[in-house]
Amino acid sequence: MAKVVSIEEAISHIKDGMTIMVGGFLSCGTPHKLVDALVEKGVKDLTLICNDSGFVDSGVGKLIVNKQVKKLIASHIGTNRETGNQMNAGELEVVLVPQGTLAEQIRAAGAGLGGILTPTGIGTVIEEGKQKIEIDGKEYLLELPLKADVALILGHTVDKAGNVVYYGATRNFNTLMATAADTVIVEAENLVEVGEIDPNHVVTPGLFIDYIAVGGDK
Amino acid sequence: MDRDKIKEIIAKRVAKELKDGDIVNLGIGLPTMVANYVSEDVNILFQSENGFVGLGPAPKEGEEDPYIVNAGGQPVTILPGGAFFDSATSFGIIRGGHVDVTVLGALQVDEEGNLANWMIPGKLVPGMGGAMDLVVGAKKVIIAMEHTVKGNHKILKKCTLPLTAAKQVDMIVTEMGVMEVTDEGIVLKEINPEFTVEEVQEATEAKLIIADDLKEMEV
Repeated sequence: MAKVVSIEEAISHIKDGMTIMVGGFLSCGTPHKLVDALVEKGVKDLTLICNDSGFVDSGVGKLIVNKQVKKLIASHIGTNRETGNQMNAGELEVVLVPQGTLAEQIRAAGAGLGGILTPTGIGTVIEEGKQKIEIDGKEYLLELPLKADVALILGHTVDKAGNVVYYGATRNFNTLMATAADTVIVEAENLVEVGEIDPNHVVTPGLFIDYIAVGGDK
Repeated sequence: MDRDKIKEIIAKRVAKELKDGDIVNLGIGLPTMVANYVSEDVNILFQSENGFVGLGPAPKEGEEDPYIVNAGGQPVTILPGGAFFDSATSFGIIRGGHVDVTVLGALQVDEEGNLANWMIPGKLVPGMGGAMDLVVGAKKVIIAMEHTVKGNHKILKKCTLPLTAAKQVDMIVTEMGVMEVTDEGIVLKEINPEFTVEEVQEATEAKLIIADDLKEMEV
């Protein structure tokens, strides 16, 4: 059952050394209040799974700048110079993953699959160390599921049962990450009573959500 | 030739490759400019890999919505009939062969259709983002780029940088001409009349096959 909590209580579930997933694409759809609270709390040695490493002053990029991340799994780090700096200095381990593969690895973890087969990365450095499987004469890479201890997602409208409706281009990895972590926290921009969201419009069913933290404005 | 003119020539020519009804994904930078030159009687549905189809032009100043941005984070609009979706659906569209054309830039491209556009070891490691999936999944891959960089070849016999994908490039459009990647090699199909075939070959490391019906590139 989803429980409505404060931002502080929500992030109290994140401890040093944990693996966390954070939704968003270049900070669009990132739960900013949860991330900011995490920066303030200073939890460290995190493994962060996110599409990209945001910007030095926005989104998960702040966690990088604050040196709270020891390992980053992402598809793009080019918009945050600090990520590259820490990577080159050997302070931050970075695993770059094609964006579509990252999405499917997370989806696979949430859907109870043992992995996915993708043609993406064949003939590139991405295939190194991975099993190749041929199906109907075409080669695929076996990519394994990716899960986390805690997922932080952003919902536009969330009811008190945890049902989530998204807005604009903010869905990105949020819908997938909501399924793939032991503890899932949604930052609700608008919290409404049960029954106020038409079940036809729910994108992430409340069963995936553990905590609802009220966020607010963009 | 100044760089703005070069970009305009390339974007205009690529726009002619887009057919009515195509689903198209444009990369960041020069490829994004292609949308400005699509003829009004050609309806294209632009996909944005961060999660929607029906990508429209930039909004008027003051009407930007921070939640409606393109894959480069710039404010855009969504047209009537458009739809938002998550990253799994977005890359299902891309990898599943539902995108007709993708237009991307390149650091290097070679005569086998190999593409390198995501990193320079030790110098620039931004990550591949969605490029590897796009190049593997789109039905037609068009590379839109300046023919050379600081006088150095970009169209090579063999890429030396880490690949984005192997043997996926179909067409290369530069300010010098239009080239098609075939099993035999790179065929020069159209040439900008400001250049000679010899000049284009000199600016290209790969040996060009000159089309029997070599045409003048409209610029």
